[in-house]
Amino acid sequence: MDTADTNPASMQTLAGTLAAPDTLRVLTCGSVDDGKSTLIGRLLYDSKLLLQDQIADLERDSRRHGTTGGDIDFALLVDGLEAEREQGITIDVAWRFFATPRRRFIIADTPGHEQYTRNMATGASTAELAILLVDAEKGLSRQTRRHALICSLMGIKQVVLAVNKMDLVGYDESVFEKIAEDFAAFAKRTRIESVTPIPLSAREGDNVTGPSSRLPWWQGPALLPFLEEAPSAPGLVETPLRFPVQWVCRPDHTFRGYAGTISSGRIAVGDEVVVAASGKKSRVTAIDIGENSLEEAVAGQSIMLRLADEVDIARGDVLVPADNRPEVTDQIAAHLVWMAEEPLLPGRPYWLKAANRMVSAQVSELKHHLSVDTLEETAGKVLELNEIGFANLSLAHPIAFDPYGENRETGGFILIDRFTHSTVAAGMVDFSLRRAANIHWQSLDVDRNARARLKNQKPTVLWFTGLSGAGKSTVANWVEKKLYAAGRHTITLDGDNVRHGLNRDLGFTDADRVENIRRVAETARLMTDAGLIVLVSFISPFRSERQMARQLMMEGEFVEVFVDTPLDIAEKRDPKGLYAKARAGQLKNFTGIDSPYQVPENAEITVDTTSATPEELADEIIAYLRQNGRLS
Amino acid sequence: MSANLSHLDRLEAESLHIFREVAAECRNPVMLYSIGKDSSVMLHLARKAFHPAPPPFPLLHVDTTWKFRDMYAFRNRMAAEAGMELIVHVNQEGVAAGLNPFDHGANYTRVMKTEGLKQALDRHHFDAAFGGARRDEEKSRAKERIFSFRSKSHGWDPRNQRPEIWRLYNTLIHEGESMRVFPLSNWTELDIWTYIERENIPLVPLYFAAERPVVKRDDQWIMVDDERMRLMPGEVPQQRLIRFRTLGCYPLTGAVESTATTLAEVVMETMGATQSERGGRAIDREASASMERKKREGYF
Repeated sequence: MDTADTNPASMQTLAGTLAAPDTLRVLTCGSVDDGKSTLIGRLLYDSKLLLQDQIADLERDSRRHGTTGGDIDFALLVDGLEAEREQGITIDVAWRFFATPRRRFIIADTPGHEQYTRNMATGASTAELAILLVDAEKGLSRQTRRHALICSLMGIKQVVLAVNKMDLVGYDESVFEKIAEDFAAFAKRTRIESVTPIPLSAREGDNVTGPSSRLPWWQGPALLPFLEEAPSAPGLVETPLRFPVQWVCRPDHTFRGYAGTISSGRIAVGDEVVVAASGKKSRVTAIDIGENSLEEAVAGQSIMLRLADEVDIARGDVLVPADNRPEVTDQIAAHLVWMAEEPLLPGRPYWLKAANRMVSAQVSELKHHLSVDTLEETAGKVLELNEIGFANLSLAHPIAFDPYGENRETGGFILIDRFTHSTVAAGMVDFSLRRAANIHWQSLDVDRNARARLKNQKPTVLWFTGLSGAGKSTVANWVEKKLYAAGRHTITLDGDNVRHGLNRDLGFTDADRVENIRRVAETARLMTDAGLIVLVSFISPFRSERQMARQLMMEGEFVEVFVDTPLDIAEKRDPKGLYAKARAGQLKNFTGIDSPYQVPENAEITVDTTSATPEELADEIIAYLRQNGRLS
Repeated sequence: MSANLSHLDRLEAESLHIFREVAAECRNPVMLYSIGKDSSVMLHLARKAFHPAPPPFPLLHVDTTWKFRDMYAFRNRMAAEAGMELIVHVNQEGVAAGLNPFDHGANYTRVMKTEGLKQALDRHHFDAAFGGARRDEEKSRAKERIFSFRSKSHGWDPRNQRPEIWRLYNTLIHEGESMRVFPLSNWTELDIWTYIERENIPLVPLYFAAERPVVKRDDQWIMVDDERMRLMPGEVPQQRLIRFRTLGCYPLTGAVESTATTLAEVVMETMGATQSERGGRAIDREASASMERKKREGYF
């Protein structure tokens, strides 16, 4: 190492890193090709924050992949993935750290492509200030507005509107003014509180780290000096205490500690705390970080807490002050940013993860979509990739929430697909629907066990699933005849029949199919309460909804029967002439043709209609019920 | 205490949170331990996260058999002190094939490190592996999530990473899939050094300047650590005052001439550096995207 020859650039980094009093978390966003990566590259280069070998790499890469002729292509500093270089776009967030003598920065450089909006939201979720780039030649785009809206929903109050590529419009003041006015009008209708427009050219370096003579009309700040002075977002130290327990430490019987990160507020030895859900009280006896003991800890610190009493506390419980508790609810209203190719289907169960808790949840009602262009609320049955909506969610268990506007830490959640395990949405709680507290179960003297005893049978749901024409109803019909003959009390819910009454308002879109199954599953459950053996004969093409139906029933009560008939045979049978219509294009969303069927993975019974008669199959099913104690 | 946590306090708190999240949600985690300064910081943080309990996972060293002798001694001492199980895995197929850093370059690294790591993870059915990688090290690392999903074949798909929003990490995986978890993602090289100084974290002595036998090769000082070192015609080992900024396999790791024998001197020197940290690693300079390719193949 050339230690003798100290580099003034990195000495500046050093001075900055050691002396800078605080850190500003910044996000760069905006549409594709607006120059975000170039701006960050320029910022690092002009601030002399790059090392010699990094500059040499950049020069070499610029010759090979650059889009700027012989000049340095600053975008290549951050677009480090091969696919990004090949296509000249940003796919994923790059995190950059740098410091000036005044301040330390963490910059999330996020992609502009609509396809990668989820990565933009990832960057926005932790930022305090957004640099929203606009191409001066093109003006505000749909994507500019989408990003501004996501920033606003994610709680970013400060935006720098960086009007880039001023060199390409001849540094024309009126072009800049027009864009700044357009954006101010849009931002006024969001929750963004402050907008600072700055004209610049990332490629030429105008107004990036200092004022430019090519923009003599500009009296405002250049970008970097502005960022050095911008106020940080207020922390959550002055917000009421929220301590979600992350991990319980029990190395031996003498020690019981609760580890976690303080989401908001402060906590001191001697403080009284309560468990949000149960209301149980105790007092803090010790706060430790490793071997160090503290008298007090504040939001952001990861601590180990000990309490005076042996209270039952587990991961996901939230410790709070007795006089300032969060809502504990299983019904919330929230904004959702949808991030998956597969649309959000109301009624479908997802995992909801929030502050160390994971519960099953479904959207009970999609209230509206938020139009990115006009901010208007429009109706819709599903939420597609990158769409923003407002919905009511229903959770399998109550958990503690604060409104996101009051507390980012306890008001945010993600939704996870139960089968693919992808993160499909970011959610921000607006308020809890107090229904949870106001609807109480009516206590009934005659209960399900009493009714079942009277009928001398075990309530059971036989759930027949399979393609149209597979033979579900035929087999179910045989099973019911035999049960009836044996003196059992039964009922059959058939797809076609139910659609004539209870579900007559539903069509065959994915969203309607989910709701169709939800209603039938709830009906089947009520009938098991009545003590009946319920035969449900529905195509029920999606695993998620069959899983949802299963979870509504008691353990062992749900028996999935997969009527396994290959598509070509079902199509040959075509008892209702539906396949012919679907093939002719007269019937849309037909399962097996232009809508998927997800084969069961763990059905209790699989029957093959090609090798046995329906009556023989019915005998197989009844034998299964006897062997498993469902029939005496 | 002040409401303004220091920069290092914040980084530390974030890392502790990540460790605990894995311990709470993953079935069978492991910590990759490569004995370097980042590993040392990671081990220190892991112990802090669970204190007074020991970290609830073992250490895994994927051993190429060509590490510096000082590193092996240090590794064994630290594992014992932490009260953690130490699993050492050597890719025996690579050893049997006679792979070595002199003749086989990138192929040697792929087989002994990447393939060795995959073998070890598969053999013990680990579903989460902590790694000490930092986003400031390299451009493709700057794009890495803290919880990085890997397919059944350990592949990384940079186009399809899980969104990582707030502090909510999605740890759900199917049988055979795994997560690589990087608790030091947001630390820089300088943060690592200043934290080592603040917490007085023990390090392998090779990080400090001493007279050591070296030869000059491809413009780098290579240390002659044992009798397996192959000298080129005309190469004569000489004693030089050197130290290392990064530690890997000794024949592939360049030393720097230095007089820094204390932590404070090392920190001062790091701050004055004109080259980035990995400039000394021959293996990283092969092509711009070589790290990304290695990560796609399963390198951590």
